[in-house]
Amino acid sequence: MSGLIVHPFSTRIMSTTVTVPPVPPTANVSDRLRKKASRHIKERFIEALLFCAALISVFTTAAIVYILVKESWIFFEAVPLSRFLFDTQWTPLFDDAHYGIMVLLSGTITSSAVALAVAIPLGTIIAIYLSEFAPFKVREIAKPFLELLGGVPTIVYGYFALVFLTPLLQKIYPELPGFNLLSAGLIMGVMIIPYVASLSEDAMRAVPMALREGSYAMGATRLQTALRVVMPAATSGIASAYILGISRAVGETMILAVAAGMQPNLTFNPTESGATITSYIVQVALGDLPHGSIGYQTIFAAGLSLLLLTLMFNLLGHYLRKRFREVY
Amino acid sequence: MSNETTLNIEPDANAAIKAECRNFGFYYGDFQALKDINMPLYDKKVTALIGPSGCGKSTLLRSFNRMHDLYPGNRYQGEIVMQPDNTNLLAREVDPIEVRMRISMVFQKPNPFPKSIFENVAYSLRVRGLTNKSELADRVQHSLKGAALWDEVKHRLNDLGANLSGGQQQRLCIARALAADPEIILFDEPTSALDPIATASIEELITELKEKVTILIVTHNMQQAARISDFTAYMYIGELIEFGVTDQVFIKPKNKQTEDYITGRFG
Ligand SMILES: Nc1ncnc2c1ncn2[C@@H]1O[C@H](COP(=O)(O)OP(=O)(O)O)[C@@H](O)[C@H]1O
Ligand SMILES: [Mg+2]
Repeated sequence: MSGLIVHPFSTRIMSTTVTVPPVPPTANVSDRLRKKASRHIKERFIEALLFCAALISVFTTAAIVYILVKESWIFFEAVPLSRFLFDTQWTPLFDDAHYGIMVLLSGTITSSAVALAVAIPLGTIIAIYLSEFAPFKVREIAKPFLELLGGVPTIVYGYFALVFLTPLLQKIYPELPGFNLLSAGLIMGVMIIPYVASLSEDAMRAVPMALREGSYAMGATRLQTALRVVMPAATSGIASAYILGISRAVGETMILAVAAGMQPNLTFNPTESGATITSYIVQVALGDLPHGSIGYQTIFAAGLSLLLLTLMFNLLGHYLRKRFREVY
Repeated sequence: MSNETTLNIEPDANAAIKAECRNFGFYYGDFQALKDINMPLYDKKVTALIGPSGCGKSTLLRSFNRMHDLYPGNRYQGEIVMQPDNTNLLAREVDPIEVRMRISMVFQKPNPFPKSIFENVAYSLRVRGLTNKSELADRVQHSLKGAALWDEVKHRLNDLGANLSGGQQQRLCIARALAADPEIILFDEPTSALDPIATASIEELITELKEKVTILIVTHNMQQAARISDFTAYMYIGELIEFGVTDQVFIKPKNKQTEDYITGRFG
């Protein structure tokens, strides 16, 4: 059958090649030049368009940083930096106001730690399975499914944590409050798994077959090959996947706002409720604090802290990528 | 099969056979890449596989250590029997990992692991469960000496293997293959990615290695086959055309096709 399709097609190609008239040597030089000039203008236009598109994202980022710094400046004129960093209470709305970012940071760190304790091991195991063990068909089905999981709106995860996971955990551990960092963190971990798994799997799949063959030829098993050759070869990609996971955890808002409670609480105990930097910002932004008050300015200081935190992780990721550049 | 393999060899009662293909065939899915191969590998000798590109040299070589098992759809036919235990390497109940423990391999392009020089060589020992530090160090040193690399790397064993030159990387891969004392080592065009000086050192190494181990080498370089091998097998489109003592195959080929190939008529 394929012969029937291919044959006439190839003859058609051949006949067109033959019937193309030879290009006349004169007259078409300026013709070609003109074409070139118009193409040139078109290309310049497209180039400018692309440059503008790139400029928009740079400009937006710059504007965000500018506003955060400017508004935070107003905050730090009223509240000294030392109190912001070292105070152990966060009560901006009380008469006796305290502005210790540590309190919100502890919520962010605790919930992120729980999430990463779920997402990094599971994500890595899934990546190893999909890249090194799964038959072709399983991978073809599992990969899109994973990516779908990454597309579920986080508020859905938040409600799932609140109305399903927390009651379940309370059966095991009755003292657990209705809002807690634990169940929010666990569900956040599930949310992050696809990111870690998918990126790690890409990194591992990119490892050349020649390295795997070398390992198998030395008598290694699949697991030995995966753990001792493929993973080390994919270190930088896997590290990027982890860093992305951390950034997602630190920046996640809705799951925590819904399921973790929003009381600022200086704690590293996941079975308590607590506010994170992000959930605090939502709370204030939706509340009725007058614009321009110090209480309102706190969200910019908190936002700036969050920006610095994620910037730190991005720099770390950049460093790791350079340090463990793929060496195959 | 229509053509019998031409044997260009005097029967020698003393020559011990290390392994033997018996009516061996191979399929990539529906495509039959090897047909009815009957070929001995003599113990502690170098056997060279020659023939035009695409004739199935690599396919035959990679059958010995069951590399084809890594990919779905591949199928073996017949037997490859290993001595002295008379094991059919292709039998279903034989674990390919066991086979690869006995038959090691060096690839066309050097493929050191993303590890230190030391760990590259220690790899085949570690996957066998060896953890004793001093024994590992001894055997790594021994293998590096065996691969004529020790003097060049003894002060930098913790450097990445990938930082070595191409020829050194290939010798590192040979050291890695030697470390676990294999009975047979397979070489798939081991010098095709190397310069002439590195090539010469690898060739010298292979002639030294045959005192301890049986060698099967694929080469597209006829001079190389003539220089380093004791036996030569000429293959053409999946069939073994002629097998014999290297000198005889090159000087007095018995089969017309072999003669044409060797005198360069095939290109
Ligand atoms: N993975 C594969 N799938 C299908 N056909 C293959 C595969 N590898 C090699 N072949 C085919 O098998 C034949 C022998 O290939 P190969 O053993 O690599 O030849 P050589 O090493 O002698 O150049 C060739 O026709 C090649 O196209
Ligand atoms: Mg080949």
